[in-house]
Amino acid sequence: MLEIRFHGRGGQGTVVASKVLAFAVAREGRFVQTFPEYGVERRGAPVVAFTRIDDQKIYIRSKIYEPDHLLVLDPTLIGAIDVTEGLKPGGWIIINSDKPAKDFPQFAGFKVATVDATSIAVKHRLGSAAAPIVNSAIMGAFAKITGFVGIEAVREAVHELSPVKKDENVEAAQEAYDTAEVPKEQS
Amino acid sequence: MSEEIKWESQSDMPLMAMSLGRMTVNKTGSWRNLRPVLDKEKCIKCGICWKFCPDVSISIDEEDYPVVNLDFCKGCGICATECPKDAIEMVKEE
Amino acid sequence: MQKVMMGNHALSWGAKLSRAEVIAAYPITPQTEVVELLSNMCADGSLKAEFIKVESEHSAMAASMGAAAAGARTFTATSSQGLALMHEVLHWATGARLPIVMGNINRAMAPPWTIWTEQTDSIAQRDTGWIQIYTSSIQEIMDSVIQAYKVAEQVYLPVMVVLDSFVLSHTNENCDIPDQDKVDAYLPRFENAYRLNTDKPAAFGGLTGPDWYYELRYKIEKDTERSLDLFEETGKEFGEMFGREYGLVETYKLDDADTVLVASASIASTARPAIDQLREEGHKVGLVRIRVFRPFPSELLRKLLAGRKKVLVIDRNISFGMSGAFYAETKAALYNEKKAPPMWGYIAGLGGRDVPLNVIRDMIEQTIAEEHPEGDIVWIGVKR
Ligand code: SF4
Ligand code: SF4
Repeated sequence: MLEIRFHGRGGQGTVVASKVLAFAVAREGRFVQTFPEYGVERRGAPVVAFTRIDDQKIYIRSKIYEPDHLLVLDPTLIGAIDVTEGLKPGGWIIINSDKPAKDFPQFAGFKVATVDATSIAVKHRLGSAAAPIVNSAIMGAFAKITGFVGIEAVREAVHELSPVKKDENVEAAQEAYDTAEVPKEQS
Repeated sequence: MSEEIKWESQSDMPLMAMSLGRMTVNKTGSWRNLRPVLDKEKCIKCGICWKFCPDVSISIDEEDYPVVNLDFCKGCGICATECPKDAIEMVKEE
Repeated sequence: MQKVMMGNHALSWGAKLSRAEVIAAYPITPQTEVVELLSNMCADGSLKAEFIKVESEHSAMAASMGAAAAGARTFTATSSQGLALMHEVLHWATGARLPIVMGNINRAMAPPWTIWTEQTDSIAQRDTGWIQIYTSSIQEIMDSVIQAYKVAEQVYLPVMVVLDSFVLSHTNENCDIPDQDKVDAYLPRFENAYRLNTDKPAAFGGLTGPDWYYELRYKIEKDTERSLDLFEETGKEFGEMFGREYGLVETYKLDDADTVLVASASIASTARPAIDQLREEGHKVGLVRIRVFRPFPSELLRKLLAGRKKVLVIDRNISFGMSGAFYAETKAALYNEKKAPPMWGYIAGLGGRDVPLNVIRDMIEQTIAEEHPEGDIVWIGVKR
């Protein structure tokens, strides 16, 4: 079973990102379970969401305390909260950032990759320039970097889950997939 | 039409108590010890008594006067109380 | 059709597939999406139902009663404070023998304000005569609504389909939406023999004296008991048609188990991998998940639990001054058994406190380690 945790801020599409992964994986015939950290949602407040993926029916229904991998939709959370809490050694940390992975030395022991999902989202006019919605772009990059899910399924899931600008969201996911660099030291 | 629903035993009793069938079989007139009597001289045909009768026992005739159906009038006296002209008097039943 | 969906929407889909004809509901977190999707379905015509907007949950149930009395298949959903506000009308729906189906999202009672899961809201309604199904997966929620109508309409009693707030209501997972044709075959149109009928006028529920009220209660009890068999029968039939079988309880690794965990809802789901782990470590542990809580499957539990070495019950609810409800009732069911096992009653997860796998393990391991239970309530992980 794969357990993935998503960190973002209210309004960025963190919960939708976790659903994109779940919907995409389900399209590929696997079992999924996805849920937000249940609380009262407020714009700008830290948001956490979880996705489980398995080849068999998933019975465990608690929160994820020791995720295999992380997605960070908002780099300003790094330092503000301990995003790596419980993260298994060697897990992926995929960060929405315009900086290269080597600028995150604090994450030694994990595999770090970055994608400038904000620029891609702004380019495709997703959300506003001040508050871009980055979920589609980061999920495109996630598909490329981890290989856990195919880009076709991600495109379909993004299309299904985007309430507006469906095509723009799909294009953002594709662009992130096409441009994301898979770090060399990846095992 | 006005079929009374009766049961003899628990097993043929409806699941929810259903009483009497249509209310027309429930002759509430038998409860009455005072009877409303109309004074046509005073009546202005306003229909207030018709509106207030809780048993819907008052109808209006061709000349627009209220008529009491004594099969159902239970003698509560509401019509007499509500009448703005004191045109209804409650009289003791014999 | 395969779809990923949340528990709330599984309720809406269950109502849609059952061809609910009237929906009267009032939104309350975390149930809101149930009503939202149903009103969308009514608006776009995919569900041919009358959607009645009401001003409170009390009115929601009152309107549901009116619709059900007229013979319509009726659905509503609520949660917590909303369910409490319905309380008076819940009794009425049972006494009037109306086969209404309602979703209830288990949410802890205020104060303090909370939106997280706990079963005390629905447990507090256990004496209203509503049949209660506690679900443990998104698929089961949808399937249970369909089965609920099938049972309700045979015994003329209302059924509550219960799910944990957030842990099920807002969790998205794989779900198979059955074909409408097959659901129609499983759940045909309902002809209510006692519906309001202008050709056969009657006054319903008028003053009934001590001469017959007692018998009316006897009849409710007998039909409630009859639903025990109906759950097994209709659950098997469901399995034959849709490939997913449901019963009063679900068991897991029970056959040779000497220590048995009794639990419900999402905790009983997480319990399965916990039991797998303990089995690997050599402990003979099994699970009984109570799915139908009203009527309480006492007979079946006697069969499954008598003669075991130890039984522990986890309750995500509390009857203050007594214990958890599942514990109290399981214990009561076993009381006259010669081989009644000692029983531990754990309270866990109140107010949405997460109950992870290791906490379930802790409770099982504590039970294995102890000679005999002390008292009726074992609290787990209370902060200092
Ligand atoms: S006495 Fe009462 S029941 Fe009779 S007509 Fe007047 S209002 Fe109606
Ligand atoms: S209320 Fe009095 S005045 Fe008016 S219609 Fe009746 S009897 Fe006549």
